[in-house]
Order: sequence, then structure tokens, then C-alpha cells
Amino acid sequence: MAFDDLYQEIILDHAKHPRNKENLDFISDDEIHENPTCGDSVKIAVDFSKDGKLERVRFDGDGCAISTSSASMMTEIVEGKSKEAVLNMIKSFILIMRNEDESSLEDWGDLIALEGVIKYPLRVKCATLPWHALENALL
Amino acid sequence: MNDNWVFHNGKSISRVREDFPILQHKLNLKGGIAPVDLVYLDTAATAQKPLQVIDAVNRYYTRQNSNVHRALHTLGEEATAVYEGTREKIRSFINALHRHEIVFTKNTTESINLLASSYGSSFKPGDEVLLTEMEHHSNLVPWQLLSEKTGCTLKFIPIDQNGELELDQLDQLLTERTVFVGVMHVSNVFGTINNIELIIKKAHALNIPVLIDGAQSSPHMQIDVQALDCDFFAFSGHKLYGPMGIGVLYGKEEYLESMPPFMGGGDMIRSVKLTGSTWNELPWKFEAGTPNVGGAAGLGSAIDYINELSFESICNYEDMLTEYAGKLLSGIKNIKLYGPDGDRAGVFSFTHDDLHPHDMAQFLDRFGIAVRAGHHCAQPAMRKLKVSSMARASLAFYNTRSEIEYLVEKINAAGEYFSNGI
Repeated sequence: MAFDDLYQEIILDHAKHPRNKENLDFISDDEIHENPTCGDSVKIAVDFSKDGKLERVRFDGDGCAISTSSASMMTEIVEGKSKEAVLNMIKSFILIMRNEDESSLEDWGDLIALEGVIKYPLRVKCATLPWHALENALL
Repeated sequence: MNDNWVFHNGKSISRVREDFPILQHKLNLKGGIAPVDLVYLDTAATAQKPLQVIDAVNRYYTRQNSNVHRALHTLGEEATAVYEGTREKIRSFINALHRHEIVFTKNTTESINLLASSYGSSFKPGDEVLLTEMEHHSNLVPWQLLSEKTGCTLKFIPIDQNGELELDQLDQLLTERTVFVGVMHVSNVFGTINNIELIIKKAHALNIPVLIDGAQSSPHMQIDVQALDCDFFAFSGHKLYGPMGIGVLYGKEEYLESMPPFMGGGDMIRSVKLTGSTWNELPWKFEAGTPNVGGAAGLGSAIDYINELSFESICNYEDMLTEYAGKLLSGIKNIKLYGPDGDRAGVFSFTHDDLHPHDMAQFLDRFGIAVRAGHHCAQPAMRKLKVSSMARASLAFYNTRSEIEYLVEKINAAGEYFSNGI
């Protein structure tokens, strides 16, 4: 059933128990990334390791199950990767979610659960919001 | 509870629902779920249209279409009669003194932009415009643009946690520098019915004109602009069971006369020379270009429809539904309901402890229930209440008690779906 495709067990789990979600009050409100159509917001903090890799990505904010789980899974998958690699991943992820690239999220770990969102154009922005925020934080 | 209401014109609630074709169609959902009945609880965003309105628009384009105010042929006359006929219906509908006090616009937003651009063009630095913290963006952003252009200052009547205006601050906020007051009649977030009578009285004591944003009130209560004594009143046709793309700005003659045109073009001029022009008389001074005559045809029909049911009858039914919905919704576990406890309009915004409003709206959609989720174009009000998003169910006279019961049942199911087993 399409609805359960949208809210797969993995998504509900990440939404209920988001990984790497912390209070990021030290980041100014000017740097909040917002979805203007719904009011969802997300902040991202990136810690780099000595060799320039993303050591840890944390997020804070207020969002639906789709955007929260997307943020949670994103912070897990980008850990330990180089900035360039992550920027490329962000680009690919956004294109796949917008259905402008027909690649699958098969090799993306838990994130494959978000493939169901592609069928709900109004919710695609929920899934991509944290990725845009991470891109902002990296550029 | 069964739904056996009869309106003023003898139509039962089920007969009224039959007038709305969209309520008769099954809704196709994604993923092979069998089509479901539509439970439309998003009237505050836009109302559904009765067949009478759809027919009027259809009739206009199949038999009457022509440009207004210029063609001398038969159709030109008919189109003009349709357009100006709706203006008279609106005059009577809101009890304006003169027909030329009714200006057609695209919607409430355009009405307020017209007012801010035109009436506000004479504002100076230091002048104050008083609004409220609960305004829809449409009665906020046009004034912000004006403030950037003219240097006028915006001030706000605060709201409390119930989404009610703190009117005890009104005397301090109205000063000798206040040049204009703009306030919404009914809140599209909280369902609050504002005490506009008091605001108008106090503003008038200082000779300050008042705009009432009637987008949410005009479909649900009888408006009498003369009794209210408001100086401007704005509303949208599409929230009034009419078509999209037609709205109204009512203004008192003395104000409209003194205001410069909003847009330039055809129909709004008397005489045009290459070096300058003179303006047409009211209301056409404000209606540049070919207007939405098909929209006017539909809006006129919508007003006829409301008049046939009668506002007294509509209000009685909607009051009963609102009270019933308030009682049932406030009884749901883990729900926080916003807005005033007592007298209110049929607009219910709520949040659930266990799931985000988007997920709530998406879950309800699976059962054909249409509610809104988001910031409802009222971000400052949401920020004040420290909520980023709410779900909202809003009612109209075509809704039923069974639909409210179904909503409550599915809100409970959503709570279980999102909290169970994880």
C-alpha cells in the first residue's frame, strides 16, 4: 500500500529516534534552513577531522517524519566522507528525489526507505530540506 | 448522531451536499487503494463550489462572453449586465451605501495591495500603521512593502496564547501618529472572531480609517459595512463558494474618491493624451484592463446561492457543527487545540504530541479527509505561540456531524499508527 511505502518502518524509527539530533542553539537563527511552504526548519553543524573528512554531522530543528528521518539517515551516511564526495551525494540525492535522475537509492543504506516519497511530489521538499541545509553548511 | 438538518429554503443537508459536484465524486488515492469519499475540511483555504456557480461560469463563456463597457453589440451589453449585476449583488450582500463603492479585484490579497499602494502612497516617515500579530501574510506584507517605500512604521496589537487580541493595549497603540488600522475579522488559524466593533470605534474617535480583512468572515456571517462603519472591507470570491480569481475591495466613497489609481491601463481612464490622462469615475478608476467577467458571473451566482439558504440558517447550522467539532476535538488524547474556548468560527488548528502536522495531514488524506497543515500564512502568530506548524480542519455548511466523527476517529488512528511498536 502506497501509504506504508511512504512511512516505512525505517522512516518511523528514525523519526522517533533521530540519530545525531542535538540542541544547536549556538547556531544563529539566521542560519536556519526553512521550507517556506510548511514552516519546517533545520540547522546543521559539521565537525571536520584533521584530514578534512566530515567527522560528525549534527542537526537540530522541527520537522515531519519524512524530513526528520531524512536528516537522521543523512548524518549517518555522510560520516567519514570527504567534502567533495558529500557535495556530490547531495546533488545526486536531490535529483533522485525530484525524479530527475532514475538511479535507485539501493546503495544508500537506510535511505532507500525514502524512495516511496518520490511518488508524493508535495513531500519531496520535506525529504530534501536537510540535504539543502547540509550543502549550505559545506559551501 | 444523524445528520438531518433542513435549511431555510427547505433543502436538507443531504440535498445541499448534492449541489456540490465535488462531494459526489470518489477520490482516487495513490497505490491502488479503492476510491474513497471526500471529506473536505479545508474550506478556510478555499470553498467548494455549488453546481449553480459552475453553471453560471459555463453559461457566461458559452453564451455571454464579450468584453465589458465598450462593445456596442448585444453580447457586450449582456456581459456588462452580468458584471455590473454582480457588483449590485455584492453591494446588497454587504449592505454598502453605493454600488460604486464595490471595486473588483483578483482576491483579498490584491484588494489589500491596492489599498496599501494607493491609499498608503501619501504616508510619511513617522506615520504609524496599526495591524495585529495574527494577520494573514496578505494583510502584513503589503504594509511592509509600503513601510520600505514611505518610511511609515508598523505596529501590532499583540495576541495571547489563546489566539485572542490583547485589546487592553489598544488605547496605547493608537496614537496621534496612527494613520491607518488593518485587522482581520476572523482568524484563519485560531477561528477567533475579533471585536472589530471596538477597534473601529476607538480608531474613529481619532479619525483613523480602518480596513477589515473579511476573507474568513464573509462566507460565514452576515456583513453589514454600514452598521460596522468600517472604511474598507476586503474579501475573496473563492472563499465565498465562488470562482477563483475574483475578489472585492469595499471602500467608503470619500476615501476611494481621494485615492490615486492602483494600476494604469484601459477602462480606468477618462481621457488619454500622450503626456497625461484623467481617471475614470468610481469604481472603474481602480479596475484597469479587461476584468474577470466570468468570475463575476460565478460570484453573483454564489451570492444568490447563499441568499437562498439564508445566512441565518447557515449560521445556525455552522454554529451547531462548530460546537460539536470543538467538543469532540478537545476530547482527543494527546491533541492540543488552539484558539478561544468560547465563541469562535469553525476553524480548528491543532497539534498532536506524537506526530508532526504534515504526517497527520498525510495520514488523514489516506481516508479522503482533506485538512491543511503548515503555518497557514501566519508565521508571526505561529512564532508567538512557539509552534512551527499546525494541522487545521475548517468547516462549511456542506459538512456534517458524521464527517467530524470520522475525522476524530482517524486522528486517533493516526496517533496509534505513529506511536505503536517503535
